[in-house]
Amino acid sequence: MTYVIIGAGPAGVVAAETLAKTDPGSDIVLLGGEADPPYSRMAIPYVLTGIIDHGGTHLRKTAGHYDALGITYRQGRAAGIDVTGRKVALEGGGEQAYDTLLIATGASPIKPPVPGLDRPGVHHCWTLDDCREIEKLAKKGSEVVLMGAGFIGCIILEALVERGVKLTVVEALDRMVPRMMNETAGTLIKDWCQAKGITVHTSTKVTEVGEQDGRLAVAMDNGETASADLVVVAAGVKSNIGFIDGTGMKAEQGILVDEFLRTSADNIYAAGDCAQGPDFGGGFNVHAIQPTSTEHGRFAALNMAGKVTPYRGSLQMNVLDTAGLISTSFGDWEGGDGTESAEALDRDRFKYLRLNFKDDVLVGALSLGRTDHMGVLRGLIQNRTPLGIWKARLMDDPHRIMEAYVAHAYA
Amino acid sequence: MAWARRILRVNLTKGTCTHEPLNMDWAKRYLGQRGLATKYLTEEIDPKVDPLAPENKLIMATGPLTGTCASTAGRYSVITKGALTGAIACSNSGGFFGNEMKNAGLDMIIFEGRAKAPVYLFIDNDDCRLLDASGYWGTSVWDTEEGIKEAHGDAQIRVASIGVAGEKGVKFACVVNDMHRAAGRSGVGTVMGSKNLKAVAIRGTKGVSVDDMPTFLKAVTAGKKVLAENAVTGQGLPAYGTQVLMNVINETGALPTRNHRDIQFEGASKISAEAMAEPRESDGKPNLIRNAACFGCTIACGRISSVDRTHYTVVDRPQYQKASGGLEYEAAWALGAATGVDDLDALTFANFICNEQGIDPISFGATVGAAMEMFEDGIITTKDTGGIEVKFGSARALTDLAELCGRGEGFGAEIGLGSKLLCEKYGKPELSMSVKGQEFPAYDGRGIQGMGLTYATSNRGACHLRSYTVASEILGIPEKTDPLVTDGKAGLVKAFQDATAAVDSAGICVFTTFAWTLEDIAPQIDAACEGDWSVEALLATGERIWNLERQFNLAAGFTGKDDNLPPRLMKDAAKTGPAKGLTSGLDKMLPEYYQLRGWSKDGVPTNETVSRLGL
Amino acid sequence: MLKALNIDPGKCTGCLQCELACSFENEGVFNPSKSRIKVFNFHDQGRFVPYTCTQCDEAWCMHACPVDAISLNKLTGAKEVNDNLCVGCKVCTIACPFGTVNYNSATGKVIKCDLCGGDPECAKACPTDAITYVDADWTGLDKMRKWAAKTDAGQQAAH
Repeated sequence: MTYVIIGAGPAGVVAAETLAKTDPGSDIVLLGGEADPPYSRMAIPYVLTGIIDHGGTHLRKTAGHYDALGITYRQGRAAGIDVTGRKVALEGGGEQAYDTLLIATGASPIKPPVPGLDRPGVHHCWTLDDCREIEKLAKKGSEVVLMGAGFIGCIILEALVERGVKLTVVEALDRMVPRMMNETAGTLIKDWCQAKGITVHTSTKVTEVGEQDGRLAVAMDNGETASADLVVVAAGVKSNIGFIDGTGMKAEQGILVDEFLRTSADNIYAAGDCAQGPDFGGGFNVHAIQPTSTEHGRFAALNMAGKVTPYRGSLQMNVLDTAGLISTSFGDWEGGDGTESAEALDRDRFKYLRLNFKDDVLVGALSLGRTDHMGVLRGLIQNRTPLGIWKARLMDDPHRIMEAYVAHAYA
Repeated sequence: MAWARRILRVNLTKGTCTHEPLNMDWAKRYLGQRGLATKYLTEEIDPKVDPLAPENKLIMATGPLTGTCASTAGRYSVITKGALTGAIACSNSGGFFGNEMKNAGLDMIIFEGRAKAPVYLFIDNDDCRLLDASGYWGTSVWDTEEGIKEAHGDAQIRVASIGVAGEKGVKFACVVNDMHRAAGRSGVGTVMGSKNLKAVAIRGTKGVSVDDMPTFLKAVTAGKKVLAENAVTGQGLPAYGTQVLMNVINETGALPTRNHRDIQFEGASKISAEAMAEPRESDGKPNLIRNAACFGCTIACGRISSVDRTHYTVVDRPQYQKASGGLEYEAAWALGAATGVDDLDALTFANFICNEQGIDPISFGATVGAAMEMFEDGIITTKDTGGIEVKFGSARALTDLAELCGRGEGFGAEIGLGSKLLCEKYGKPELSMSVKGQEFPAYDGRGIQGMGLTYATSNRGACHLRSYTVASEILGIPEKTDPLVTDGKAGLVKAFQDATAAVDSAGICVFTTFAWTLEDIAPQIDAACEGDWSVEALLATGERIWNLERQFNLAAGFTGKDDNLPPRLMKDAAKTGPAKGLTSGLDKMLPEYYQLRGWSKDGVPTNETVSRLGL
Repeated sequence: MLKALNIDPGKCTGCLQCELACSFENEGVFNPSKSRIKVFNFHDQGRFVPYTCTQCDEAWCMHACPVDAISLNKLTGAKEVNDNLCVGCKVCTIACPFGTVNYNSATGKVIKCDLCGGDPECAKACPTDAITYVDADWTGLDKMRKWAAKTDAGQQAAH
């Protein structure tokens, strides 16, 4: 049996390890598209802050880790798949035959249609190569414009601030982290950043990145122009699924997978940022987050190895440290029809907690300025724990969430 | 190390909070908490000041062991000139507040002046702010504590606050922390209220260390072993709490009953530890839910109880049907025996109200007892009481008055004067069972002679915790003495007073001394703190503290004449029990006590004593 | 035979000696706020509940870590954080459905129970045997383990 995994991010690596454990003696080929060994994009900001060196981003630290597990690591980028011949065509020629295939190609940053983004000094912050470029340009006192204040933008923001740059953030939507934070929280994050000396423009679009006096000039639709030594583009990501064209595999935002992480093509599975899988909250969505990648990787591998294991869906959740202000969001954090919300807000101290309930079950949550026991929000949501009398207590004071949790864990 | 070496000075008049270094010279002579804060207070205020004037100061103080892993090391004290007594006041509390304060890097908080409008102090480590408390003013301790935690979104915040009683000037208002732990006596909460200070809320996460950690850990481990293996601290107190004493003291013939008319209570067994463990008819559950510990305490004598849901006090009042703190022995005595009430649920309810509104159950119950005597004698009538039949044995009178006193309303406000002023008001000063204006606790000085001297000489007014000779006279700790004789009691009282002053200044609980002697305690303090803290050094420190307190009181206008007991204990012989026919032998013990203390015949420390102690 | 922390809330008096011992072992000072074990006080019921990591088989924290900073100690079964590798991204703190991995802003790393390498200080410090370290098979953790298994994705097959 030959398992082939395209993509050496967290989903691919976890899948390869799980296969090695579940189906010992099989051939496992892990295809990585970059020159570096399998690494974590999530860790790149911490290279920029100097907490770790490039090696610190590597997904596995032990020398010979993949060899020891019998995993063949091969550098190569998929160009296409021959689903009937069970072969992956590689960029630059060559191919890789498989019996069972996992697509874990991840996602790539979106380059918005703004003139001037091809200029030198304009970078994404996605790969270790990007990281090396940013390290050169983001020096103490440099002027940097960050396009996009979404989740990834804000992680980078933290790192840039740590490097001592003069930072301007431009976000097209009306608040920071709009896909993770509601207006209350997003506005507080903006206030926090501005208090830290960061210039933040929301509801503002970059119209062009030009050049003036040998430096970049970032023009905005509010009429202002910011000069910059570096422009970092963090305007969202899209699943890497272009290479499946012509295979007939079903895809929307990502490759559609069922509860066994199977695609519509025989013997092909997908996992991680490129997969549009079952959402805990209902339907099928791409959840481009670390916990979903590793869960996808694990469950896909189990199913590939014949150990039939249904996956009941991923929960959208994020934790973010924006220049020292820590925020989290879980599940249905917005809360809509049919939900009830409990909120506690302390604007002066940048503390906020919002819990959304459906009947007496927690379905989503948002927090700002809290770090203790945050995981229980996941636990309560994903276990669909009926909170009983604690629902009313939490409506009264949402801070008692850990008490509510412990009361049920020992019930 | 051990000391945070930092104090916070809060000027309520100006609205300022300023950190300053701890005076380490004083720390090395007065240790911490009770001793050290008394040193600060005596240096900073005029002893003649009106306790409720802005010129009085109020100090919250931890000890050097507070916040460490030594058993019971979570204590703090409130030190001020007492509203009830006009004497030096130092009320010690457990719970978790003291540890939080130490973890915010504070040995002490000194409050001075008076805020223009109600405020509370919020401390988040180094961030200290006075915040508007108008939303909490007029609310109970319980609502204030919960409200502040909710407002700051942090259940880990520890709060010490006053209830409505403290706002309204009830003379024996306390400062309550952690819902039901109180700096209870002498009206320290009244002083807090006079400053328009509703609460102190603290979140401290800095950590606490000690000077010589390996030696400290060894000493602490040895100390915990002694507590675990001792019958009182290892078995009696965890199982029965201080309430283990109710039947014992009653049988001893030293349980003051109906304002000390009697010294045995026929209803004692109904309000005892044994009764608290008895399943009740309505739901088959006992009054006692479980025992509970204060911070770091390996004894865990605290009682968590509930009132019978069918009891008249709590029917349709779900907020009082929950578990809360009580009954401890002193409260059970004051609310029960002192008033002749034997309804356990009424006592538990009254105790909850005392916690909720921040009133000292000892002074409250004892004052109700005095009022009951005057009512029965026809000196007080229902016209005075707003219709309440304030009779001995009336549970309704007790619980109604607890609620009224807690809110400072009606006849409850008169009870809130304390027994001394109340009895003076009605022309019967001799009926106040108090010394220096503070009511007796739960031991009769006729049945336990040493306690008579303890009360008479206690610097904060009548108090059992200044020299708990009950340990020796009843329990035989460290050695048994005869409770009915006066011989040797002067020396016993002095020794207990000095040792207790040192223990109170360290940040640990005096209940450890049921098992620990200073030989167990000194190694823990000595390892934790820089300097010499041998047994001898601790005794010298204790004696220095005792004399410093005495000097304050003398300067405040007290004299040896105030080291007295009410005529009832001096003239009326005990009617029943082993002490039948006895009065207090205070006049025999006091001169010897003065002599042992190195004081003049008038009770003034001689120049020689003052210089020997380096005062 | 692996051992595990067995917690009996019925015996807990709420003294916090476990938190003192834990924080001292891990931080070198007495600081309950940095303890890996926490005692929750249900004041209205007169109930104290010590709570910490169960070293669950699912190891959500370990699997969610993007930089391999959490690993299994095969001798104790504990999932241990390697401070040298942890970048402080906090993903494990939201991934753990028990809320027993916490971020320590003072160090920029996460903290969790590591069973003190097989000799847990909290159990030694508990004066009432509310926390004991016993053979894993007969601990009351079964209840919590079942809870862990109920967590979606938490299929026993996952390991």
